[in-house]
Amino acid sequence: MADGQPFPARRPPGLDAPEPRHPVAIVGAGPVGLLAALELARFGCPSVLLDDNDRVCEGSRAICWSKRSLEIMDRVGLGEGMARMGVTWKVGRTFHGDSKVFEFDLLPEDGHKMPAFVNLPQHEVERMLVERAEAEPLVDLRFRNRVAAVRQDASGATLAVETDFGPYELSAGWLLACDGARSPIRRAMGLDFDGELFEERFLIADIAMDHDMPDERHFWFEPTFHPGQSALMHKQPGGIYRIDLQLGWDADPDAERTPEIVIPRIEKVVGHRDFRLEWTSVYTFHCRRLARFRHGRVLFVGDSAHVVSPFGARGGNGGLQDVDALGWRLAAVVAGEAGNEALDHWDAERQHAADENIANSSRATRFMTPREGAERVYRDQVLRLAARAPFARPMVNSGRLSAPCAYPAKGAEAALPEVSAPGRVAPDAPLPDGWLSERLRGWTLLGIGARPPRAEGMARVTAPAEGPLAERYLGAAARAVILVRPDGVVAARWDRAPSAAEAEAERDALLCR
Amino acid sequence: MPLIREPNIADPDGFYAALLRAHEGLTGEESRALDARLVLILANHVGEREALEEALALARET
Ligand SMILES: Cc1cc2nc3c(=O)[nH]c(=O)nc-3n(C[C@H](O)[C@H](O)[C@H](O)COP(=O)(O)OP(=O)(O)OC[C@H]3O[C@@H](n4cnc5c(N)ncnc54)[C@H](O)[C@@H]3O)c2cc1C
Repeated sequence: MADGQPFPARRPPGLDAPEPRHPVAIVGAGPVGLLAALELARFGCPSVLLDDNDRVCEGSRAICWSKRSLEIMDRVGLGEGMARMGVTWKVGRTFHGDSKVFEFDLLPEDGHKMPAFVNLPQHEVERMLVERAEAEPLVDLRFRNRVAAVRQDASGATLAVETDFGPYELSAGWLLACDGARSPIRRAMGLDFDGELFEERFLIADIAMDHDMPDERHFWFEPTFHPGQSALMHKQPGGIYRIDLQLGWDADPDAERTPEIVIPRIEKVVGHRDFRLEWTSVYTFHCRRLARFRHGRVLFVGDSAHVVSPFGARGGNGGLQDVDALGWRLAAVVAGEAGNEALDHWDAERQHAADENIANSSRATRFMTPREGAERVYRDQVLRLAARAPFARPMVNSGRLSAPCAYPAKGAEAALPEVSAPGRVAPDAPLPDGWLSERLRGWTLLGIGARPPRAEGMARVTAPAEGPLAERYLGAAARAVILVRPDGVVAARWDRAPSAAEAEAERDALLCR
Repeated sequence: MPLIREPNIADPDGFYAALLRAHEGLTGEESRALDARLVLILANHVGEREALEEALALARET
């Protein structure tokens, strides 16, 4: 897995001359930090990106990337590649024992550029991001640059950085802490990371084999091949399968990783011994978050700000959505086009999202690992009822898969459809010459059956009132004008053509001008 | 719709007897499981979150 060549570490300028002051420094070149640098560059904002390592992540981490993540990656030119390389899926089947009790379809309608989900290992995604970042002149990516200390004042933050060539200092107006679940910056700043630990251990194994599995997610409660526990199986590209097995809290994490124990367990799942172990690890899972994500000039983004258990794939996908909501705001702040308070709006939106992600991930994990007593009794009886009574099936919770939350927003025009209300991601739809999502790259006024005004700094898209676009944006109305933010979220909408001043006022409010 | 707190079953004694019959011959654990299934079945029948929240509160405070 860690087959990749190390990325080159270069001598940082700060060793030979005073390091120039950077508008934005990003610590951590995981998926979140890498995307943050590319997203800022998209809005013309340069950044320096420091990572202590010189390789993509090792082993079994994220594999499931949501439609929303693909749309976000598409804006930096990587969505189509991910969709092409990954295994596309949208159906999940949940079994109890050997019979199916529940099934979901994550994208039951057509007319979207991106599929519901693709499975693609995190190291592949990171490799694509690194390649893109290395080619982007506005991103200064520095491997083997370990941040050892941080201090901040009213105008920015200063980092002490250690490299193979020696230590140096680097100052920036804004610091993005994208340094992962164990965030050294969070620790150095003494911030609490509160939440819940699930007293359960899971074996995560990636295996290579010839196997005939449909492109679906399969989850089992108490399967005969792994009695009393749960199991999850996902397909990855190139004949690799991801298997998660619940082990119980008393399992010995070191022993459970050894091939002598892992191989017989996997053999029971797949029914033969004709496979190769690619990677195994034993995890316990947490749901935790910082009380707030903005601390002055330091912004916590991704796993450093919040972690969830992986059932629902809300960790990496949630982190990419943090970036989605941040890039345009921070770039505008740096350019002097937005007030610093716009970053408090970002904080509020992403806290709302983190709560939703944590609630969903905790509920799923508790359903899988019920505490003794009432929790266990109800879990078991829901599963028992599900076989006979359809009403119990949607209560069976093997993970509610990542979907973008609706940000709290004012002014929902009641007559227009809920799916495209302010605060929601503007739903994709086919246009005569491509996809709507491809046209939403900056502030955009979308007119459907109406002519949007010419507003300062806003692109205009007009489309006929027909097909999926009309269904998703008009409902019963004859016309609408939608103001879409640079992250593709609906900012405001009207069932008439607004004046340019009205549209500009909505944007300026979001930018705290 | 708010929770019905007034008598609403035509034959309360008959229902009570039926409830006990359903538990006959079960161990404590089996009874608990049966009650859980019954709660889930009836809750779905009620359906309305408002009434269910009131029922939860009433059960919890008595
Ligand atoms: C078993 C498992 C399965 C998962 N499955 C999914 C899934 O299917 N879908 C999904 O969306 N998510 C999933 N996740 C979660 C996902 O892996 C994480 O949410 C994601 O990696 C977070 O990205 P990040 O960039 O915030 O942090 P990380 O990926 O942890 O990156 C942090 C980076 O910071 C660097 N760093 C740390 N300290 C320093 C320092 N002092 N100086 C410089 N650099 C530093 C690190 O080297 C690292 O490169 C899964 C996680 C696990 C464990």
